[in-house]
Amino acid sequence: MTDQATEREVGRARPRKEDARLITGQTNWTDNISVNGLLHMAILRSPMAHARITRVDVSPALERPGVIAAFSGADLAEGLGSLPCAWPVTEDIVLPDHPPMAVDEVRHAGDPVALVVARDRYAAADALEAIEVDYEPLPPVLDLEAALSEDSPLVHSDKGTNRCYVWPLKTGESFDSVRERAEVTLTRRYHHQRLIPNAMEPRAVVVTPLAASGEYTLYTATQIPHIVRVMMAVVTGIPEHKIRVVAPDVGGGFGSKLQVYGEEALALAVARKIGRPVKWTESRSEGYLATHHGRGMIQDIEIAANRDGKLLGLKVDLLADMGAYLMLVTPGIPILGAFMYPAIYKMDSYDFTCTGVFTTRTPTDAYRGAGRPEATYAIERIMDDLAVELGLDPVELRRRNWIGHEEFPYTSIAGLTYDSGNYEAATEKALGLFDYDKLRAEQADRNRRGDAVRLGIGVSTYTEMCGLAPSRVLRDLRYSAGGWEAASIRMLPTGKVEVVTGTSPHGQGHVTCWSQIAADVLGVPFEDVEVVHGDTKASPQGMDTYGSRSLVVGGTAVHSAAQKVVAKARKVAAHLLEASEQDLDFSGGVFSVKGSPDARKTIQEVAFETFTSHDLPDGFEPTINAEHLIDPDNFSYPHGTHLCAVEVDTETGQTHIRSYVCVDDVGKVVNPMIVEGQVHGGLAQGIAQALYEEAVYDDEGNLVSGTMADYFVPSAVDLPEFTTERTETPATSNPLGVKGVGEAGTIASTPAVVNAIVDALRPLGVQDIRMPCTPERVWRAVREAQA
Amino acid sequence: MIPPAFDYARPDSVDEAVRTLAGAGEEAKVLAGGQSLLPLLRLRLAFPELVVDVGRIPELRGVREDGDTLVIGAMTTHHDVIHDPLVRRHAALLASATATVADPAVRHRGTLGGSLAHADPAADLPGVVLALDGELVAQGPGGRRTIPAREFFVDYLQTALAPDELLVEVRLPKADGWGFHYEKFHRVAQAYAIVGVAALVRRDDGHIAEARVGLTNMGSTPLRAAAAEAALIGAGDAESVARATEAAAEGTHPSQDMSASVEYREHLARVLTRRAVLAAAGMG
Repeated sequence: MTDQATEREVGRARPRKEDARLITGQTNWTDNISVNGLLHMAILRSPMAHARITRVDVSPALERPGVIAAFSGADLAEGLGSLPCAWPVTEDIVLPDHPPMAVDEVRHAGDPVALVVARDRYAAADALEAIEVDYEPLPPVLDLEAALSEDSPLVHSDKGTNRCYVWPLKTGESFDSVRERAEVTLTRRYHHQRLIPNAMEPRAVVVTPLAASGEYTLYTATQIPHIVRVMMAVVTGIPEHKIRVVAPDVGGGFGSKLQVYGEEALALAVARKIGRPVKWTESRSEGYLATHHGRGMIQDIEIAANRDGKLLGLKVDLLADMGAYLMLVTPGIPILGAFMYPAIYKMDSYDFTCTGVFTTRTPTDAYRGAGRPEATYAIERIMDDLAVELGLDPVELRRRNWIGHEEFPYTSIAGLTYDSGNYEAATEKALGLFDYDKLRAEQADRNRRGDAVRLGIGVSTYTEMCGLAPSRVLRDLRYSAGGWEAASIRMLPTGKVEVVTGTSPHGQGHVTCWSQIAADVLGVPFEDVEVVHGDTKASPQGMDTYGSRSLVVGGTAVHSAAQKVVAKARKVAAHLLEASEQDLDFSGGVFSVKGSPDARKTIQEVAFETFTSHDLPDGFEPTINAEHLIDPDNFSYPHGTHLCAVEVDTETGQTHIRSYVCVDDVGKVVNPMIVEGQVHGGLAQGIAQALYEEAVYDDEGNLVSGTMADYFVPSAVDLPEFTTERTETPATSNPLGVKGVGEAGTIASTPAVVNAIVDALRPLGVQDIRMPCTPERVWRAVREAQA
Repeated sequence: MIPPAFDYARPDSVDEAVRTLAGAGEEAKVLAGGQSLLPLLRLRLAFPELVVDVGRIPELRGVREDGDTLVIGAMTTHHDVIHDPLVRRHAALLASATATVADPAVRHRGTLGGSLAHADPAADLPGVVLALDGELVAQGPGGRRTIPAREFFVDYLQTALAPDELLVEVRLPKADGWGFHYEKFHRVAQAYAIVGVAALVRRDDGHIAEARVGLTNMGSTPLRAAAAEAALIGAGDAESVARATEAAAEGTHPSQDMSASVEYREHLARVLTRRAVLAAAGMG
């Protein structure tokens, strides 16, 4: 029974336990859930970016067949509070009211205005068309800089400003002083377009009320069932212990489901009002308006250095588009990036300011990487430009400034203590795989020949902060919750093991990885482990899944809980084997007495003996189950080196990624296949920002890229072969030595691609191309540079 | 998909389909492979009272020869067009262009006739059939009539089909011995072409004797690059092809959208026409 478990599970490329049902869709997606008497909710949304609502009449909808109820924002206002922002980043932040449904003013296209509840989805959608709404248009607020001028129209007129907050971070020597002594300074402005997260599964909500007890079960496609439960209690006034939140199988999030959404509160409010279960599922184009967006920033960056390449300091001035409202962590996203601009480099001065700005667009919030891709983009772009300015190879410039592997732990100028890393090793490996020198020679040859197709090489050496988060750090950042995680392990009498986790997977493969971790510590077969997650009734404690935290914090909690189980089981085994605890060996799930190998008990036998409790040590609490909560001491810091070669057709502006090499150091690896998949997906999304995706608004504030036909998500055929390798420098801040991998590819790849395009076109006079680097933008950049 | 309500008819024969359409007046929409109509219904941009599904009429499927003409049933799927030996032999341009349409799922459902009757100038196949000098056969209450491709595409999403007419066949003169190439320029594989160029070239003694160039997404209908076609006659090398194709955007009226300005589309039309003709002529 235990022989097969003697092979270590951690480090094996185990096929994922959850894949068969997830891939076939024969599983508990929220939209697959049905209950007796289920009604369907549809939401009428503002067609305008900004307007006063002068009249809403839902009564014509009630005349439509199959309609049970219809409500305006005013109808639901009583008993429904403002949606929460859990990260008021400064003391004087402007916190606007955010009703789940607009009452007197709409502030972005897609703001909910009214809803219908009907017997089926068709009737609900049809009835929306009967609702009458009168709007008095107000001016949209779309430009981040213009929004801050005195005479700008206001998104929230009661607040008197569109400036949400100003958040500074100044460390080391003053930047003015290093600027004075610097031999070279460069200033650049970079733009981060808005992105639409595009999880494969749209959002969906089902609420089932239990009239007799006043309890509500909220099924929702979320990354954060535990946080949703707390917040729904606050927003709806339903006592927290009467709300059960279930995140069934969830089909991707990328941060877009790290949110507390109005539709969750509306479904609860409606179910409470009419006493019937309701379901709401967004359509893709509805989601483009109603599910939060990512990025949306203007970065002014200045770097100061000496001629030999030594960096002296960095100044960053950000304008961050909040959108119309502050959602769960909207204001904090650029702050997560604030600590990452200095990246892997040593310098004497860092001066960062972020200004949050309200606009009449869909709110922004976390999107894969959340603040860190933006930071990495800015620093890695300007490092390439600085290398050109100094006549240095971009890799050499980095080498002269990065933290040496012997210098860890190292406290960065931004105040983070990087526990471990080896930038030299990752870079050397990447350069070798990429054949850097050969590509440089080809590039020079094409330039010499004046080839219409140029070649460029982009470099991106990144680090990130993962494993959110030490709770005390979160306190200092004014975040309203902690960063701990919970796990408990139940040893069932039949030998099966239930691992209950507070993390909430939505595609990551926690079921497989947690099984591997538990199987190793407990010495039980991988197949005997089941992982329970995403249900506040089954897993009452958790801080959920985002920020590459699940393995680093949640996986560590599983590991520690399993060790507690073994410690308890050892007491029982010692009693049963009539030996002292010290005389027991534990290996491959078997307790044996030193020197008498035949005297043995498996941990699963111990579990059964504990269940019967017929023969336990005196005073022994009759369980070997264990729980562990962990609050990390530090973040984890994955890093790596990404190299990208892009061919640019100067005649059409078309770009073609010819090769992409990344060497990531994510510490110890639990499942290499899952790591590989995370890197591939991350690269795809990072490359998508560089080349393809953009939420485009017109001058009136309408989302023009409103469907997948107009928002260009690349598929496998649009992406190159990736060469993905790793170095392995274990994290020292957790017993597994793991660092997290969910965001690495997205963070590193965007600057690698854009650096490559600019590198290809620099000989033609091109300095910058705004993302996404569409063919027409590339073509125009070439043409304008040559004019 | 949550479309507005509509009535649904699924005739088993062309005659029945035409009768159904005739009885419905202007408010009926023909459903072929559904790759254009269903998104419109889903987004509630179309509100037909009746959807007439012609996707299961056997006589509308398949490819046959008729002398020097290739006859393709309107409901032949893209996938079947790509793999049909007759198409590959006599209208290889169509097979190779069809292979660039969207993705495998779309190509298994979408049909040649459906794409042509939808008449989206950004779609690949209208320009290709125009370049092939195709003819479209419509059947109405009064019988069949044949419409040259040049007259079939009337305006954006508008064809010469009457509301009670059904597109039943596409007739293509065999292009044996012609060089061909479809040059598609798009943002991602699943996206519409920003510009597409379908080129057919007949060479005589190393020089271009005849060239036909169909343009995708360069106006409210698919277009022929007539000026370039005329200028290409006699071209014998890459330089002369380049000179001739400078005229490729003449007479076009492209629109501006998120992916391209008018100026950029005109530029692309010239570059892509040159590339397509060079490839078709084997001069690339």
